[in-house]
Amino acid sequence: MTSRLRLRWVAVGVVAVLVALVAGLAFGPVSLSPVDVVTDLVHHLTGGAVPTGLSARDDAILTQLRLPRVVLGLLVGALLALSGGCYQGVFRNPLADPYLLGVAAGAGLGATAVIVLRPGSTVTAPLLIPLAAFVGALAAVAGTYLLGAAGARFRSTVTLILAGVAIAAFCTAIQTYLLQAHSDTIQEVYSWLLGQLTVSGWHEVLMLLPYAVVTSVVVLSQRRALDVLSVGDEEAASLGLHPQRVRLLLVLAATLGTAAAVAVSGLIGFVGIIVPHAVRLVAGSSYRIILPLSLLFGAAFLALADLLARTVQAPAEIPIGVVTAFFGAPFFVVVLRTTRRVAP
Amino acid sequence: MTAGEATAPEPGATAPDAMVSARGIGVRIGAATLLSEVDIDVAAGEWLTVIGPNGAGKSTLLRVLAGLLPATGEVRIDGTPVTSLRRRDRARQIALVAQDPVVPPGMSVFDYAMLGRTPYIPPLAAESAADLAAVRDVLARLDLTGLTDRELSTLSGGERQRVFLARALAQGARLLLLDEPTSALDIGHQQDVLELVDELRATGSDDDPLTVVATMHDLSVAGEYADRILLLAGGRRVALGPPAEVLTEDLLATHYRARVRVVDGDHGPLVVPVRRARRP
Repeated sequence: MTSRLRLRWVAVGVVAVLVALVAGLAFGPVSLSPVDVVTDLVHHLTGGAVPTGLSARDDAILTQLRLPRVVLGLLVGALLALSGGCYQGVFRNPLADPYLLGVAAGAGLGATAVIVLRPGSTVTAPLLIPLAAFVGALAAVAGTYLLGAAGARFRSTVTLILAGVAIAAFCTAIQTYLLQAHSDTIQEVYSWLLGQLTVSGWHEVLMLLPYAVVTSVVVLSQRRALDVLSVGDEEAASLGLHPQRVRLLLVLAATLGTAAAVAVSGLIGFVGIIVPHAVRLVAGSSYRIILPLSLLFGAAFLALADLLARTVQAPAEIPIGVVTAFFGAPFFVVVLRTTRRVAP
Repeated sequence: MTAGEATAPEPGATAPDAMVSARGIGVRIGAATLLSEVDIDVAAGEWLTVIGPNGAGKSTLLRVLAGLLPATGEVRIDGTPVTSLRRRDRARQIALVAQDPVVPPGMSVFDYAMLGRTPYIPPLAAESAADLAAVRDVLARLDLTGLTDRELSTLSGGERQRVFLARALAQGARLLLLDEPTSALDIGHQQDVLELVDELRATGSDDDPLTVVATMHDLSVAGEYADRILLLAGGRRVALGPPAEVLTEDLLATHYRARVRVVDGDHGPLVVPVRRARRP
């Protein structure tokens, strides 16, 4: 019968998010017991009706340090995985991913430009970063698409990705130039470039939240349209869809989500390719299944990757982008090898 | 005057009961003229097959009739200009099966047929019980019930063609446009598919029969299944009429540059290619 999002998989996804949340909160320089963590969360959620078992210090670590970071990881992971799944549908290309399309690099360039050139006051600069990232990301995805489509006759799965690699290299070159020219900020930008979920309280979470909501609502509302697009533009049009309009809307939404995620967490690669493909393998290939589940499993995946990033070399942290690349690169090769015929 | 001109519609006049009425259709892309001044009427319940050499404009004409390609002139579907129909309404009236439809990896037969219900499903809603019932009904009519859960990409060419038809029929359209529906099939499966289309056309209800416009390469097959045949060459209509009037040795020699012999068959003329005489 028809492919439907099975409740079973949604439940597994929600459990994965909860496990990642509790694990992310419990482990760190100060270990807390998972039971105490859950009790403390319930304590705060119920407005104090349930007593917490944590000391005031541990409670502060949990709610002021770890919780914002874990929530940020969940949001960034959800956005990157959802955007990746969305790009794969829009471009009908299983290798599409915010990182490989050059979108993340474009966003990085936009954000770097704001950080090093510091236009405006110290008050407006943080607000400018996501905007500049969005502009950079849009320019990059447009460039990748045009470049990848230039030889339309020879356009294949790989051409688009090669175009993305070229665009990413170009953005990175300008970015490096900007950094060299403003070496006073190089440390700040460098740590951000490799991807890091460092937070100062809830500030980053609140900054990302509106973008996350807009992107998720738009992309999830179009999940059926992505299935229709998979049969080709002409067929989609004959089925009553406006393919160019749907595609533009989805690219804008996915790019906005990617840019916002990059603006707060830097360049974290491969989430957008690992998660949707894993979902596709186990739960089904309809975008009605892939998109909602990518949101859940992407969130859990990145929160767990962040846990690894800050514990394997504790007390030092390794950039989370290094962790995702470590798992993502081999996965990418598997996807590349198993990709079947793909529509132009 | 070429054969078939006698049955041609008067310029400017629209046949009252025509399902499809096209006047002065022209398509230019850059400097190339793909179609020029093509007039056709197709009655409700009729089967019109479009033939012509490669590059004659057959597929282009189908796309214009489907409202997918802008053209000069006017196409009316059941009296309404196709360009004035809203996309979703148009998709409920006209179904198109492309020559080589994309087979999305991993998609099941049922899900593919369900795509035909797209114009009936509100943008943010799920498919209704009526949509599910319509798809089940179509799959049963096309003898696909046993393949429902199979992946489309694992089916044989003949089975796939039936699934493409199922998707088109699930649209509940009254006009079925088929671009080379048999080009990927061996001769047995060609006959199966065309018999099936003919059966579906015949079983459409009396007040709402299914109209078929198909392009085809195999001329004998074209002649056996069509009520009328349109011969296009160089983007122009060179003949339109019953198979016996269009499939003539003269017309085929002129426009296909082919040496053929036409013999009478049970259901229409049969076109047999003949090798050129050897040079002495």
